Amino acid sequence: MRKAELVMALCLAAFSAYLMLKSAELPIGWIPDEGPGGGAFPFWLAAGMFVCCMSVVYRWFRRTSPISQSTEPYMDKNTQRMFITIAGSLTVMIGAIHFIGVYFSLPLFLMFYLRFLGRHSWPLVAGVAIATPIVTFFFFEIALLKTLPKGFTEPLFYPLYDMFL
Amino acid sequence: MKKIGVSLLSLGVAIGVGLGSVAVIDSAHAGWTPRKPIEFVIMAGKGGGADKLARFIQSIIEKHKISPKPFIPINKGGGSGAEALSYLKSHSGDSYVVMATLNSLYTTPLRQPGLGINIANFTPITRMAEDTFQLWVNSDTNINSVEDYVAAVKKAGPKAWKMGGTGKGAEDSLVTAMLSKKFGIKMTYIPYKGGGKVAKELIGNHINSTVNNPSEQLGFWDAGKSRPIASFTPKGKMSGKFAKIPTFAELGHGDDMVYYMQRSIIAPNGISADVKAFYVDVFDKVYKTKEWQDYMAKKGLLPGWLTGKALTSYFVAEQAKHAELLKASGEMK
Amino acid sequence: MEIINLLIGGFAVAFEPLNLGLIIFGCTVGLFIGAMPGLGSVNGVAILLPMTFLVPPTSAVIFLAAIYYGAMYGGAISSIMLGIPGASTAVATTFDGRPMALKGEADKALIAAAVASFVGGSISVVLFTAFAPPLAEVALAFGPPEEFSLMMLAFATFIGLGGDDIPKTFFSIFIGLALSAVGLDIVSGEPRLIFFDIPGFFHGINFLVLAIGIYGIGEMLWTVEVSKGNVQMSKATVTVERTFDALRKVLGTWKTMFMGSFLGFFVGILPAAGATPGALMAYGIAKSTAKDPDSFGKGNIAGVVAPESANNAASTGSMLPMLTLGIPGSPTTAILLGGMVIWGLEPGPLLFVEHEEFVWGLIASLYAANFFALLINIAFIPAFIMVLKMPFTILAPIIFCLCVVGGYVPTQDMHDVWLMLGFGIVGYLMRKLNYPLAPAVLAIVLGPIAEPAMRQSLIGSHGDISTFFTRPISGTIMICAIGLLLMPVIKILKNRMQADRKPEKGV
Repeated sequence: MRKAELVMALCLAAFSAYLMLKSAELPIGWIPDEGPGGGAFPFWLAAGMFVCCMSVVYRWFRRTSPISQSTEPYMDKNTQRMFITIAGSLTVMIGAIHFIGVYFSLPLFLMFYLRFLGRHSWPLVAGVAIATPIVTFFFFEIALLKTLPKGFTEPLFYPLYDMFL
Repeated sequence: MKKIGVSLLSLGVAIGVGLGSVAVIDSAHAGWTPRKPIEFVIMAGKGGGADKLARFIQSIIEKHKISPKPFIPINKGGGSGAEALSYLKSHSGDSYVVMATLNSLYTTPLRQPGLGINIANFTPITRMAEDTFQLWVNSDTNINSVEDYVAAVKKAGPKAWKMGGTGKGAEDSLVTAMLSKKFGIKMTYIPYKGGGKVAKELIGNHINSTVNNPSEQLGFWDAGKSRPIASFTPKGKMSGKFAKIPTFAELGHGDDMVYYMQRSIIAPNGISADVKAFYVDVFDKVYKTKEWQDYMAKKGLLPGWLTGKALTSYFVAEQAKHAELLKASGEMK
Repeated sequence: MEIINLLIGGFAVAFEPLNLGLIIFGCTVGLFIGAMPGLGSVNGVAILLPMTFLVPPTSAVIFLAAIYYGAMYGGAISSIMLGIPGASTAVATTFDGRPMALKGEADKALIAAAVASFVGGSISVVLFTAFAPPLAEVALAFGPPEEFSLMMLAFATFIGLGGDDIPKTFFSIFIGLALSAVGLDIVSGEPRLIFFDIPGFFHGINFLVLAIGIYGIGEMLWTVEVSKGNVQMSKATVTVERTFDALRKVLGTWKTMFMGSFLGFFVGILPAAGATPGALMAYGIAKSTAKDPDSFGKGNIAGVVAPESANNAASTGSMLPMLTLGIPGSPTTAILLGGMVIWGLEPGPLLFVEHEEFVWGLIASLYAANFFALLINIAFIPAFIMVLKMPFTILAPIIFCLCVVGGYVPTQDMHDVWLMLGFGIVGYLMRKLNYPLAPAVLAIVLGPIAEPAMRQSLIGSHGDISTFFTRPISGTIMICAIGLLLMPVIKILKNRMQADRKPEKGV
């Protein structure tokens, strides 16, 4: 916990500093007759973020906050494995949308999750993996007219559009 | 549920395989027809004038079934249209994207050269209309003419006279710059998010004057809450009740006091001639509907059908004009 | 008397078979759209707008109003059941609705939300009927300084909502506000904070991206960790007995409900604000005036009642500036406004005179829509509870899929889906270290209203800050805001003094 607290505070401080730099591309001062410039609002907020992070770091050294005294691990082995599997599979799924589209990416993710993390029976896995994209298609594309990304699988959907639109 | 799902999918696949070839042959003789919904990108955020107009066009397409596949409006208003322009640029050759534009089509590439946008590269489809601008004041004031207006601004001084408009560098600020230059007056310009908001601020007396489009002030004008002073149009162009508003040219302030908001449709570059012909045809049909003609008359828009090369040269000429305006107003070096 | 006659005429319009059918259909569709994370009333109304060309204008607007109402009810459903606010108006509902669901009281929370919405909607429709024209004047009196003061008041009411860790709470508020500045600076017209020149940042960071990231993906990761072997998310059941018990409890909070309704309505009629600040302020006030403020955030029924009565009241309220001034009070009314223009109706001061039948038909249909939305909502509660009873390992991946689709749909840009994933993961890691995240989500909603209002005021006053205090309405609101802001500070000082007096416990 202690280590994580420090690392997080430093990372966020670095992000705040980056935000301040980026905001400074526009005027951050007080323009006479006009009030604050375009970059002032985010700049001073980022400065505030930076101060908050520093205060977290300061308390870390003084060991005054509950987390900076905690000896519990930030993530136990189990949680770590869970976190990496889920976050990883989500990343892969979203990445795959660019290529094979939502309608193939979602079922693959569902199959992976239901079968390997949930250990459900194959019929149930297949049912959810098939029903989800179908419901999604009819709800979003036909009823609400919101097209979802399909990657190179796009031509497969032309006949469906011809039938329902 | 499961069973229905499976059978629907197999049905879909079966029909897909079966119909796929038929549909291709069918569409071959009629030029190009879309196979999927078309993205109708709007270069502005939800709820603004450009958005309303684009959604109106979409509704006409829908109502009269002008296109075999629907047009789906998507707002990409980020960065004064920079988002939409980058999007169109990156979709070069995509037959399923068209965009409704406004004057940020000219100004945004000029103000953000880093985008690398050359508007002459986009495929011009049509110009649907030109929107006009008038100078408006609250009807509680006793300003009735341009002379009254100039005198009132001078009397109030540059600090007290507040002109409301859309963002800096956008249309309203350019018209304001024209006005200031012509009459040698100075005003405090306050940018708001959209023209509708600007109109309301005038009625609430939070600002002293605006250069709204007629559609934004129409309701208040009819209710006797606001008053147009003069129109930024050439002589005799406006019809109906708008014809009663004097133009700056008629009042003897020169023919250069003219500014329009173009309402055009463009497509990415590199689309085939058939695709272009399809879109020109769709918008031509929209243009000829009674709804569109009525809308233009009622909202003070000038009819402005223009297409092909003429439209591209219009864009290029207008952009050059805007470069001058931006330089004059100090928004661009 | 004339108003009553007009209203009766309006009811005759609303209860024509076609219109009544549209109300019921609209409420049902709206309920489901609102219950989807990522889709709120804005999407529902925008998407179904073209469908309204098949019917006459009055029926069309009645249909859209029904969708609007249905979606406002539906927004609470995903907040309570999944902990994901479907729209910004429902953020405050998650604070207590979600803990209630986790305690196995999802049915009670849903009933509380439905009844509170109904009361909020009813009170505001009555206020609307009685005072529409004079209230339009109030809306006109609100210029940028007043808007900014109102936003300050909204901040002040929820400053106490953060966690106990003060620097981390402030960090969360600041980062939310700073992220809300991404996109375009409308005052100078310059793009701002375009990280690494990625074009996706031009449209700014959508509230939904942050909300779905944190409450959807982050919350799911958290639940996976906490639940471990536990397969069910919630053990709620529905019985007649429990329903009556819940009703009794909800009616016990009538003071909160009335406060929420009035507050929501008045905030709703102000052009810039809309329903979100109203709901937040109602929650903040309910908490700070309660006898047991510590139970808020842990599943207090009043914490569901306050924001739900307020957001429904505000959604009716925001129709007022739309109809009388042609100024949308919320994004949804902006779309409705677009629809009216398409049907050839001119919103503005003359609408009440020239299109009497339309206006009163709409008002009457608001009454009817409100009533049917309540019935439909309650009828579906058992179905929603069934969903909650699914094993978590089935529910979780489906929710992840919903998050991905819901993150994509509003802007139709994959950029936002990646951003959402990033927020989800970082949010989860931060939450483990006690960073409160709700303030960031609220700040990203209010930031884009507050900042331009402040800068427009200062341009108008040539940099003179006193403009916020010298104008009567703005000054009053500002003083209330400052008073509220100082309250927690005084409380902390008081606690410190008491702690000093007590013997050291040895921390």
